[in-house]
Formats: sequence, C-alpha cells, structure tokens
Amino acid sequence: MSETTAQGAEQSKWARIDWKMLGPVAALVALLILGSFLNENFLSAGNLLNILTRSAFIGIIAIGATFVISSGGIDLSVGSMAAFTAGVMIMLMNWMLGMTDMIWLIVMVGVLAGAFIGTTAGWINGILITRGGIEAFIVTLGTMGIYRSLVTYLADGGTLSLDREVRALYRPVYYGDVLGLPIPVLLFALAAVIGWVVLNNTAFGRHVQSVGANEDVARYSAINTNRIKVYAFMIQGACVALATIVYVPRLGSASATTGVLWELEAIAAVIIGGTLLKGGYGRIGGTIAGALILTLIGNILNLTDLISNYLNGAVQGVIIIAAVFLQRGLGRKS
Amino acid sequence: MAKQDGQPSALLAGVQIRKSYGPVEVLHGVDFDVRPGEVHALLGENGAGKSTLVKALSGLVTPTDGQILVDGSQVSFKSVADAEDAGIILIHQEFNLAELRTVEENIFLGRERRRGPFLDKAAMRTEARALLDQLNCSAPATAQVASLAVADKQMVEIAKAMSRQARVLFLDEPTAVLTKAETASLFALVRRLKAEGVGIVFISHKLDEVAEIADRITVLRDGAWVTTVDAQGVTPDDMARMMVGRELSDFYPDMPEPLPDALLEVDSVVAPGVRRASFNLHKGEVLGFAGLQGAGRTALMEALIGLHPKQSGTVKLGEAAQHFHSVAQSKAARIAYLTKDRKGKGLLLGNDLIWNFSLFALDKFAKPFIDRKAERRAYEAAAQSVDLRAASPKLTAGSLSGGNQQKLLLAKVLEADPQIIIIDEPTRGIDVGAKAQIYGFIADLAAQGRGVIVLSSELPEVIGLSHRVVVMHDGHVTGCLSGPDINEETIMRYASGLVSDQAA
Repeated sequence: MSETTAQGAEQSKWARIDWKMLGPVAALVALLILGSFLNENFLSAGNLLNILTRSAFIGIIAIGATFVISSGGIDLSVGSMAAFTAGVMIMLMNWMLGMTDMIWLIVMVGVLAGAFIGTTAGWINGILITRGGIEAFIVTLGTMGIYRSLVTYLADGGTLSLDREVRALYRPVYYGDVLGLPIPVLLFALAAVIGWVVLNNTAFGRHVQSVGANEDVARYSAINTNRIKVYAFMIQGACVALATIVYVPRLGSASATTGVLWELEAIAAVIIGGTLLKGGYGRIGGTIAGALILTLIGNILNLTDLISNYLNGAVQGVIIIAAVFLQRGLGRKS
Repeated sequence: MAKQDGQPSALLAGVQIRKSYGPVEVLHGVDFDVRPGEVHALLGENGAGKSTLVKALSGLVTPTDGQILVDGSQVSFKSVADAEDAGIILIHQEFNLAELRTVEENIFLGRERRRGPFLDKAAMRTEARALLDQLNCSAPATAQVASLAVADKQMVEIAKAMSRQARVLFLDEPTAVLTKAETASLFALVRRLKAEGVGIVFISHKLDEVAEIADRITVLRDGAWVTTVDAQGVTPDDMARMMVGRELSDFYPDMPEPLPDALLEVDSVVAPGVRRASFNLHKGEVLGFAGLQGAGRTALMEALIGLHPKQSGTVKLGEAAQHFHSVAQSKAARIAYLTKDRKGKGLLLGNDLIWNFSLFALDKFAKPFIDRKAERRAYEAAAQSVDLRAASPKLTAGSLSGGNQQKLLLAKVLEADPQIIIIDEPTRGIDVGAKAQIYGFIADLAAQGRGVIVLSSELPEVIGLSHRVVVMHDGHVTGCLSGPDINEETIMRYASGLVSDQAA
C-alpha cells in the first residue's frame, strides 16, 4: 500500500486530482454522450429532469449508505424499511381522516411520522449492532426480513392505498416543482450538499471514516466508536425516511413489492462512486454520480433498441464490476 | 573466505540497486551481497532504505535500476513467489501468517503436501512437528496461530521458511518482540542455519545483538550505501556512529528534578489484567514502568484512560477522584496514552498524515466545520517540533518509517495538550537517531512540568530516563524504586516476583 501512496507526494496538479472521484464522473459524462448519440430527445430538459427525479429515491438512500459503508457497516434493510415506513405513513394518514378535516395537518403528521419511523429503524439497527455486538450484515439481513414481512402483514398481502383526498394535497411533493426544478430533485440536491459537508468538513464525518478505517485506532483516539456507528445508521434511516416521504405521493400506495432491491441499488451507487466497501473512505459526490449512472443506464436502454430493456440489470452489473475494477487498477498502477 | 572475491561466492547479490517511487528516488545505487554461511547485518536509521533494499532483493518490489544476481547469474523477480522459488525468503517484522488457521496449515500454506487429490495431513503434521522441534518451539502444530505468543509466531514464520528450503533468509527486526531467552534460542537457530550454509540477512536496531551475531555489517544512510565492514571488533558505538554519521554524545538527556506537586494518585486499582496497583506521579516527573510481558502495565494504563474501566480502587487527579469510562473523558482530563501497537491501534495507516495528526484533538479544528488551513498550520508546526520528516503531508501514515510514525503519534497526542502523557514502548522498532530524539522529547515534556509515564521492556531505557521506576509482576505493583535502587538487577528481582514491597 505504501508504494502506491508514496507517489501522492508529487506536487503537480495532476497528483492532487482525486482519481477515485473523477472515474465515476467521467463514466457519467461518457453515458450522457452515448445517450445523446442514440436518441436526439435524450438531452432534452424534460428527459434530464426525468432522470434526476428517478434517481432521487436511490440517490437519497445512497447518501445515507455512504455514511454507513464508510463507517465500516452495511445496511441491507433500507428497501424494506422504506416499504414499512410508507405503509405505516399511509395507514396513519387514512386513519386520521376520520378525526379531522384539516388535510394539511394529516399530511404533516404523516411526513413527521415517516421521518420518525425511518430514523428510529436506523437507530434500532445501530443499537443491535453496537450493543448486541452482531455484524451489521446479519442485523440488517434480519431487519430486512422483519420490515418486509410487517408491511405484507399490514397490507394483508395486498396494497395499502392512500386516500384520494389526502393524496391530492400531498401530490406536489413528488410532482411539483420550484422554478422548474422538481421537488424530489431539490430534496436530493439538498441531501447531497448536507451529506457532503457533514462527511467532509465536520469532525463527525472524519470520525465516521476513521471508525471504518480502523476501529481500534479510532477508540484509542478518544472517539466513541459505538455512538458514531449508531449515528451513521440513524442518518441512513433518516435518508430512507426522506426518500419514502417523496415516494409515497408518487404512487399513493405501498405493498409487499415496494422498495424491493433498493438496498442493492443504493449499495451499487455507493460502490460505483468510489467509496470502499470495507470502509474508511467515503465519497458523497461519487455516490451521486453512481446513482445517476444507474438511472441513466435504464433510461438509455429505454430510449434505444440496441439492447433489450430486460438486460438492464445485466448492464448495471457489468458497470458495477467494471467501475470497481478500474478504481482498483488506477490505485495500483505505478 | 577471501573478502574481495565478491559476486562469485555470493548466494544473492544486488548491484547498484535503485528504486524510485514516482519522482522520488529512495535508494541510490546500493550494492549488497549475501554469502553462504554468513550473517550479514543491514544497518541504518529510519528511512535509510533498509526496507526498500530488502523488498527489492526479495521480490516484493521491482528495482527501478540495477541487477540482482543469484549464484552469479542475473535474475529478475516478478513476485515474492519467484524469489521464494530461488530460496530467498523474507520474514517480515509484522508477520505474514493466516491468524485463523493452524500452525501446520500456515507452514505449508501454498505448498501443501498431497496424496493424489487429497491433502496429506498426517505427513504435514509430522513434518511440521519436526521443524518446530528443531526450533525448540513447543507450540502445538494444530494450534490456531492467533492463540500463539508473539515469539511462537516468529518461530512459525521461520519454520515456514525452513520448509521452503531457504538459502537466503531475511530477518527484519526478528527480536523486537522477543524476550532475552527467546532471542537466545533464535540466535542458536541462526547459528545452526549458518552452519548449514544458509545466508542470513539480519536487520535490527539492537546493536548489541548485531555485534553478537553478525559476520559482516553493511550500513545505509539516506538511501545510499555507506560501508560494508567485517563485524569483528566493531562495537555498538561504532555502528551507531556509522549509521548516524556523527557522534552520539549523551544518549539519555539530563533531566531536572520533578516538582513536589502530585499530578496523579492511583490507589488499589483493580481492572481487567490488573489485580492491584497503586502509584503516584508528580509534576515534571518521568515515571518508568518495568515488568515482564503480561505483568499488567499496559492493562493498568488502559484502565486509567478509560478504555477498559477499572473495577475498583481510586484514581485522583490533583484533588478530584475520577472514574473514566471512555478515552474522551480522560482526554478531557488531559491524560493521553500512546499505544505500543502503533500500526494496529495508534495510526490509520491508509490515511494521510494530517488526518492522523488531528484525529485525537479534532475538536480544536472543528467549530463545527473543520478549518483545514488551521489544521495544516498546526500539523506543520507540530511536524517541525517533533522533527517529523515526510516529503508531503499527503503521504499515508503507513508509508512512514517506524521512527517517523512514533513522532507522528506523539504529535497527534500532544496536540491535545495533555498534562499526563503515558508512552508505551516509546522506541520499539526505532533506530538510534530517532531514539535519542524521542528521549529528548520525553525530557522536554517533563521539564515543562508535565508528568510522563514510560512503559518499556528495555531496561536501559527505563533506567536511563526515569526519576522513579514502578515495577509490576502478575498484575500487582511489586515495588517503586528510586535513586540507586534503579538498576537492572533490582528491577528484575521485583519484575520476576522474587521480592515485593506491597502487602499481598
């Protein structure tokens, strides 16, 4: 390892460029160019905003996942956590309809409940991992199953639908825009900026990455490693909550299939973005690029007949493996 | 053996070896050879290029320029496996063992004995046992490596090398973690291998050991070859002079007397690994802690700083009794501990120097956003005051030499401005030049009125530095020595539990 890093001593501008960050951005640009060649509508504002909006759910969740993964953890439960949160939000809002006429209040309570449920679910994961001393993989594998089956139970195997009246008022959170920018995109951007600042410019962010790099060193450096880990999972939970709050008005329903495989897409976005799966090194900017790349692939396949849309997952898989391969290669080359 | 015949008789020779990392050349055309049946010591300060030379000769890195000759003919190692096939084996300072596998599995790792498609476990076990017996190593061949003592792990490494028919054996700081008795049996083994015609390259900072075992000595300084001499008649002082290139006048600095004010009072503390310990520390005092491995010195300090909270007893800082549950609390009370395990617990080896430097006192720079300029300025000031020599603060901590790593760790801890500094093995794996500097820093800290606790397995160090010496045995403090009582013999009597001042 020391060999590769010794070259970092180079004073030139090239050496200061973060190649791990540049890789995903370059891939993103390449995909945009490819897309524009394949279809003239690709670069239209409408399509680009569509891509951004579609990236928002996974993107927001992946921002949280960047914290968890760079702290050395992993969260497999985010998809079912989102489904469960959506289910409870919908049931709560429907139930409140019988109690008050103030629809805006119902939506407010629903949103706050969503934020609370997500963050609490993240806290539970964190506590089980730190206090229980169980690996994150195992804990979140367990909670993944629990939340998924809870939402199936609550929906009685079917679909929970939000009342029409409530949904009408709640609708703009997904479909609305400010100055032409869709609200999900704005929230995505906001989460990204906050996430970036927290991870890169605060003591907490440094501590997160230090815990992921070597927990012993962190502990000897007066860092409360358990607290840092719990906070990272709570951030993940809060991000899931935010994504769910944006998601609920989109379809106005939740079922056993809501959010299936979101955890893998979020982890994929994080990894494509250059964050190390083993922890110690997180890149929010890369994660955003990773989330956009995943959506772009689907979009490009939709717009062309070159490759069947059914192969979306296969192309994504190739991109994930290639991204990591290239990052490792760049890091190792002398 | 004629001295001037050079290459023809050498098992392994490096001719004009150069190595650059990026634009920085770290090895400037070094000649080095190993003859059959000799112990060739390789000496040099931290960063002198020893490790790089060893890596180049053992296939771990490829030299930028120069030739490597095996039995007089040129070779190029593309990997460690290539070098091992030629019988050239490097035993790392940090062991290269699969901790969770057994001793025998490790010995035969990569070249398992087979019968048909299946492993021949019986043959491997017998062979492993025979190798371990040869080394006077009592570790069972079926034991998990993680469960072994450090000395036994070393023996397993050597057994592994022997099973590979080593012709040239590089021993990098092999005795750093060994006791005197273990070192003696290692040396007996080295002599036996020597008699069998194996060429041994011995890298150590313990110069008395070099004087004892080496046949020839090569000295590197700043990446360049300085001299190769016959070891006969070369004293440790001579070696130190050749390495540093200057006289080492007084190794241990003069220290002012401590002040009467008590900084820390520890009374009857019981903690994991500590049965009962009492001692006190004054302002301006260097308090040595001596004892055998596992005597509870490190455990006591880790309890003091709240890493493993004490179970009973009292700790008083000045007037106030304290009970720390976390390192953050002891840090706030201005106590800092430098671990002896720099690589495992002290530094983030993959992170850069500034990141490591500010980690302990990060709150100073984060209000709430990290002020990178202030951080960088503080790093530069600190690097200068501890004479941390690194080409760039963007280097990783793992790329530093042992001495520079220790200086970085010291700078990191001092940034929090502690009043009590506990240093565990301050000079383990560090060359003489940096050693003298570290001693100087310890003296400076005491002179500033801070209290310094030094835990060390090297008695001359404890004796040379300390105002008083606390000795531990089997989890108990057995004595607190001062004045003329601070000598090797007395310390050993207390450390081995032969005498104890403390009522049981």
